[in-house]
Amino acid sequence: MAFDIKDFKKGQPRWCPGCGDHFFLASLQKAMAEIGVAPWDTAVISGIGCSSRLPHYMATYGMNTIHGRAAAIATGAKVANPNLTVWQVSGDGDGLAIGGNHFIHANRRNINLNMILLNNRIYGLTKGQYSPTSPRGFVSKSSPYGTVEDPFRPAELCFGARGHFFARAVATDAAGTVDILKAAYNHKGAAVCEILQNCVIFNDGTHSAVYDKAGRAKNAIYLQHGKPMIFGENNEFGLMQEGFGIKVVKLGENGITEKDILVHDAKCEDNTLQLKLALMEGPDFPVALGVIRDVDAPTYDDAVSAQIEEVKAAKKYHNFAELLETNEIWEVK
Amino acid sequence: MADKIIVKELDSVAVRFSGDSGDGMQLAGNMFSTVSATVGNDICTFPDYPADIRAPQGSLTGVSGFQVHIGSNKVYTPGDKCDVLVAMNAAALKTQYKYAKSTACIIIDTDAFKKADLEKAEFKTEDPIAEMGIKNDVIACPITTMVKDCLADSGMDPKAMLKCRNMFALGLVCWLFNRDLNIIAQMLQTKFAKKPGVADANIKVIQAGYDYGANTHASVAHTYKIESKSKTPGRYMDIMGNKATAYGLIAAAEKAGLKLYLGSYPITPATDVLHELSKHKSLGVTTVQCEDEIAGCASAVGASFAGALAVTSTSGPGICLKSEAMNLAVIMELPLVVLDVQRGGPATGLPTKSEQTDLLQCLFGRNGESPMPVIAATSPTDCFDAAYNACKIALEHMTPVVLMTDAFIANGSGAFKLPNLADFPAINPPYVPEDMKGTWTPYMRNAEGSRYWAVPGREGFQHILGGLEKDNKTGAISTNPENHDLMTRLRQEKIDKIQVPDVEVLGDKDDAELLIVGFGGTYGHLHSAMDEMRAAGKKVALAHFKYINPLPKNTAEVLKKYPKVVVAEQNMGQFAGFLRMKIDGFNPYQFNEVKGQPFVVAELVEAFNKL
Repeated sequence: MAFDIKDFKKGQPRWCPGCGDHFFLASLQKAMAEIGVAPWDTAVISGIGCSSRLPHYMATYGMNTIHGRAAAIATGAKVANPNLTVWQVSGDGDGLAIGGNHFIHANRRNINLNMILLNNRIYGLTKGQYSPTSPRGFVSKSSPYGTVEDPFRPAELCFGARGHFFARAVATDAAGTVDILKAAYNHKGAAVCEILQNCVIFNDGTHSAVYDKAGRAKNAIYLQHGKPMIFGENNEFGLMQEGFGIKVVKLGENGITEKDILVHDAKCEDNTLQLKLALMEGPDFPVALGVIRDVDAPTYDDAVSAQIEEVKAAKKYHNFAELLETNEIWEVK
Repeated sequence: MADKIIVKELDSVAVRFSGDSGDGMQLAGNMFSTVSATVGNDICTFPDYPADIRAPQGSLTGVSGFQVHIGSNKVYTPGDKCDVLVAMNAAALKTQYKYAKSTACIIIDTDAFKKADLEKAEFKTEDPIAEMGIKNDVIACPITTMVKDCLADSGMDPKAMLKCRNMFALGLVCWLFNRDLNIIAQMLQTKFAKKPGVADANIKVIQAGYDYGANTHASVAHTYKIESKSKTPGRYMDIMGNKATAYGLIAAAEKAGLKLYLGSYPITPATDVLHELSKHKSLGVTTVQCEDEIAGCASAVGASFAGALAVTSTSGPGICLKSEAMNLAVIMELPLVVLDVQRGGPATGLPTKSEQTDLLQCLFGRNGESPMPVIAATSPTDCFDAAYNACKIALEHMTPVVLMTDAFIANGSGAFKLPNLADFPAINPPYVPEDMKGTWTPYMRNAEGSRYWAVPGREGFQHILGGLEKDNKTGAISTNPENHDLMTRLRQEKIDKIQVPDVEVLGDKDDAELLIVGFGGTYGHLHSAMDEMRAAGKKVALAHFKYINPLPKNTAEVLKKYPKVVVAEQNMGQFAGFLRMKIDGFNPYQFNEVKGQPFVVAELVEAFNKL
């Protein structure tokens, strides 16, 4: 059965004009239509916050739940009903602050969820407090003199929790977003997609270096599995390994050719280089976009079902009446 | 030593096995209760174990007890005090003697009353019996020595031999009560089917204990006989409350044709439900041990949305953490069973002890108007029925339900007549009818006021639920004041309309001068108190509540019928307060005790007699 974008659309989004969520919503609907899972076999589960309104605009099954619990709720839905394709949508506050514990454990268990993290580095719905991804010194309503704490870097948290999939896109980049969403769907297991998204009201410009096409051409690198890591407006730069680190080089300078440039390996089990790529930031490094890590591993939900089948085959009782008979029983006449 | 053994016929006796946590007292107690049940006695057991996993051997804090009450008629409690106390070491005698009647027979292992043992038990002299002023019959037997002698040729190492000490004590108790050792031998052969050597050794030691009693008459004046009288014919098993709860959940899932999902986090004294359910994968039961209590409940909400019979299990501290996700299930109107096996609070409180202090938390401990049915199981075996009914109400009325038990009934056991699932009422969740496709919205209601359940996977019924208030008609987010007021009332009415059985009045229902009122796990003690008072000529009745919210329809009528009413509960008056709130002008006497221990029937009778 083929689906169209409109099969996934519902209602009129009420986000602020220009909010990154509008762009992401359109990309998600497009990706779902291309993936082709029926809207009635799809559940979109969010927590609370601006971006967590998203399920209201989807013609799928959905829940817009409570602060931080989306990953835990999605876990139950997926484990109880493995036929469902589950998309879990959270913002940076919902996913990494109040829901941080669920985020890491969903990754560790490797639940087959598509986990979207809409990162605008601010609390929007509560009107402008710093979030766990706001940079040190960030001035907000709750940090008028600047924050005195370091932020989480989502990839680091995902990898630290043994995550097997991490990808990144900019909300305004429809093609890049659709690409990683499809890759997340195709990955079996917890698949984290960090979406860099602008809040026009409380944190305008937070991702300005990569928010438009020209900026991305200059300041971002699109990683593709098996392809050399070349970037720049004229593809004039590349990434090379240097000792334990990575350096930016200019092709043609000092005799460097394409052959010297690192080739991206998203399938590599060892995440050392993938993490280095994920943590790159300006002005010295490009921001890595695309699928950074995509490694196969057994999923929790499959293992749960497999274990049930295994035990069913091994045990002799398969209903309540038979269960009773496994006990020590006596008869009163 | 007595010259002639008299066989004393009793209606009921209580035996308390006590020793170090590792002495196998629970196993000995369970076997004694099962062999007694097999001959038709009624049984009620209760373990009293320390919070520490392994306190130092022989120390006062390391003593665990297991009390078994057997009776020719129905026994409702494990018994206030015991008729036989088994103390496997000096510390056990010191801490457990207070649970022995003045007429009780005491069995001790003299090998565990050496100087070092006495010091660890903080005795000051070398004669603990005299030091404690014990005047009872004492069977002082070198159990350890005799066990070692008995197993000398078995090839077992000394440590393995010592593990059989409990069986010697069991054998001695079996002699006291004229129990048939063949039944025990069969039980051990089944239990250790894969280790016949262990079974043989245990059987040998039990026989030795029995023979010791028979040969020496064991310094006692009499043995006991407990007739079997009133048991309903049928097949029985001994079941602990937590296991009965797990069985009730399994039975309900099967009856409803749904997958059973448990999201949980280990917490004393509820963890055995997680253990039990995680065993039964061959029945398709899915258990997820989550990262925290919050995720336990939240994942169950997700499982419920996805179409499972969803359950989360915990104790009081866990309810605190689950309350926000419980509330989410209230506003999303999804079925969910929340099990609270109560323990002593507040905070981490008394993890292994029993109280009824979570009642108001379960009823009201959430933000907003958050009505939720509350059911309180009344005995270990009633946990089965209560769990089944909690599932039925949750599924048919699309609501979270709190199922309250407590450490006392969760760990206690009773004789459970094997249920036949065919005799239980059907469970019919209000699935959205196919012909509503195209016109259905998520908050349309059936005649009972329940929302319809549209499980994902059904084409044409895609919808969104959530924690934000929804429009009564469209299901869209709404902050309209009239709509919120209406939705609040609809959620309340739905719960109020749930049909629950009338509360039964036991005892002198027509002319009682005192009505005893209780709820949940205190049923056995209150019933026994009533029985004792009536035997003494008083006119007394008992109304014991299992359905707390909504209350039975006849509640006001019952509570206002009698000249005096006392509400007895293991908290500071939470149920009494709730009844005052619900029943205009109701002003009962109160009996409140918060010791973490079961009520003592004698104390109840004394207090009630003073009213």
